[in-house]
Amino acid sequence: MSVLTSNATAPVANVRRARPARPWLTPARIGIYGFLIISAAFFLLPLYVMIATSLKTMDQIRLGAIFSLPTTPEIDAWIQAWSSACTGLECRGIRVGFWNSVRIVVPSTIISILAGALNGYALSFWRSRWADWLFTVLILGAFIPYQVFLYPMVRGLAFFGLFGSLSGIVIVHTVFGMPVMTLLFRNYYASLPQELFKAARIDGGGFWRIFFQLMIPMSTPILIVAVILQVTNIWNDFLFGLVFAGRENQPMTVQLNNVINSTTGERLYNVNMAATILTSLVPLVIYLVSGRWFVRGIAAGAVKG
Amino acid sequence: MSSVVIEQLHVRLGHSDILKDLDLRVENGEFLVLLGPSGCGKSTLLHAVAGLVDVTDGAIWIDGNDVTWTDPKDRSIGMVFQSYALYPTMNVERNMSFGLRINGTPKPEIDQRVQRAASMLQLTSLLARKPSQLSGGQRQRVAIGRAIVRDAGVFLLDEPLSNLDAKLRSELRRELKQLHLNLGTTMIYVTHDQTEAMTLASRIAVMLEGKIQQIGTPSEVYDQPVNRFVAGFLGSPTMNFIAGSLVQEGSRMRWRSPALSLDLTDYAFAGQARAAEKVVLGLRPEHVALVASDQPADGRATVSLSEPMGANIVLWLDLEGHQIAVDTESHVTHKRGDTLGLRVDPRRVSLFDAESGLRV
Repeated sequence: MSVLTSNATAPVANVRRARPARPWLTPARIGIYGFLIISAAFFLLPLYVMIATSLKTMDQIRLGAIFSLPTTPEIDAWIQAWSSACTGLECRGIRVGFWNSVRIVVPSTIISILAGALNGYALSFWRSRWADWLFTVLILGAFIPYQVFLYPMVRGLAFFGLFGSLSGIVIVHTVFGMPVMTLLFRNYYASLPQELFKAARIDGGGFWRIFFQLMIPMSTPILIVAVILQVTNIWNDFLFGLVFAGRENQPMTVQLNNVINSTTGERLYNVNMAATILTSLVPLVIYLVSGRWFVRGIAAGAVKG
Repeated sequence: MSSVVIEQLHVRLGHSDILKDLDLRVENGEFLVLLGPSGCGKSTLLHAVAGLVDVTDGAIWIDGNDVTWTDPKDRSIGMVFQSYALYPTMNVERNMSFGLRINGTPKPEIDQRVQRAASMLQLTSLLARKPSQLSGGQRQRVAIGRAIVRDAGVFLLDEPLSNLDAKLRSELRRELKQLHLNLGTTMIYVTHDQTEAMTLASRIAVMLEGKIQQIGTPSEVYDQPVNRFVAGFLGSPTMNFIAGSLVQEGSRMRWRSPALSLDLTDYAFAGQARAAEKVVLGLRPEHVALVASDQPADGRATVSLSEPMGANIVLWLDLEGHQIAVDTESHVTHKRGDTLGLRVDPRRVSLFDAESGLRV
């Protein structure tokens, strides 16, 4: 930095060997920007279609021009999707699913992150040569298709009388969040200087005190990463919600599926689009908001200056 | 203030013996420096005293109590690490008071102790800062403050100055010495820097391969090294070693090499002096006097290189194909190729057995 500044303030006469100016518009640059614009359009187009369609009236939708702007934008479809769309026999809208999802996501995220952090903290002390093997096995655990676990999980939860209950689905999400959460936190804690932990031991800190008073406050950046991962994963989950949550607690994704599949007569595209956007709103907001916090978290947790 | 006694300490990590049958006694209020190259076990020894490394065999006593299997927190120690190891989320005040807060010391007493330590270390104006807002020197002071606040009987310092730049290092070194004079606390200090060892220590323990090679005051270790390793480890430029032999000439002993010959009447032999084939002469650069080549001398050499150091000049001489360093005053200039006479005071030299490396 200082080199740059001193160059910038140097007298103009001293600029002898300035880099020769290059033309701004080169074929490579055109290629790069062309690619970026096309990719952006590719990903934004569906979103545009969804938003436009959700604001159209059914009359306009029937015309079939899916890329056209709504002639008379209306939010009726959104209101209907939220509060009165039919999910099967009930017609109370997608909001039921929204609150169910919140009830599932909040405890699942908190419990799985706490358990993962604790696990990772304990494992970060274990530095034998078998440790790497265990972590390989752990990461494999995260890649086994969930369908494999379905039947045993159902039987297991049923045995404890938790099948089809809120606690049941929370347990399932916690269990399946464990491999990634544990690895995430173990790698983070293993990268912290060991001397920090030694100093805390000399100061008289025990296992739990060091965990809660030293490690957790230092974990801000990794906690944010974990929250993003867990909230989006659990919110987007369909399979476990469908199987384990039971009729009363079906999450928003399952309800969305019901809204779209339980039409009688005409398909209400505008309502379906609105319901879909509403369902994806939470992960979307998480991503948009967390970017800033993510950077802040890293800056706050910086050990070296 | 506490004494530290280490008996027959054995530390094995994995399959290698880091420390073997080590005995050490650190007196009340002493400043003991553990000096040695990396991997000599000095840090392991310190961590064993702190209770951070499990001992395989032997015993550690602090202040008359057997603490071999005691928790680090109950050993009445304070430790300062090379990387400072400050708690990054806590400010200076909370960093220093962490230990006291854990064991439930009343708030007014915590405040009083923190204030006392802070004023001792000129940290009073920085108490509300986070470690990331401090300079390296300030961070290390906070780490020292943590030990002071805990009223530790023994301070364990693990290369505390190694992460600082040269100027700051000598500044903090002086402060540390002053602090030791003021507090009078027993300190054990690990370093590989001989300057720190010489300047700070009441006694230096020079270590190699898990063993203490020599322990003594800085001048003992410097002037009477027990073996070639200790002799070569201390001093800069390092001691000159010249191969030769001991010969009996009537009632007196002489050390002889092709280029140099010394009368050893005044040399303090470590044991019984007897003629031997291979004996290495250890000669500190500052203990060689140069005279004009026509003056009587113990040997002659030609100048091959000079290194001006500011206060003095290190002159490299060719002694029959052997390069030796000699400290000279800076105002005398010698040209390359000049022949000079060497005069050596036999009371200041060291003789080592060429095979065992032990002092003769």
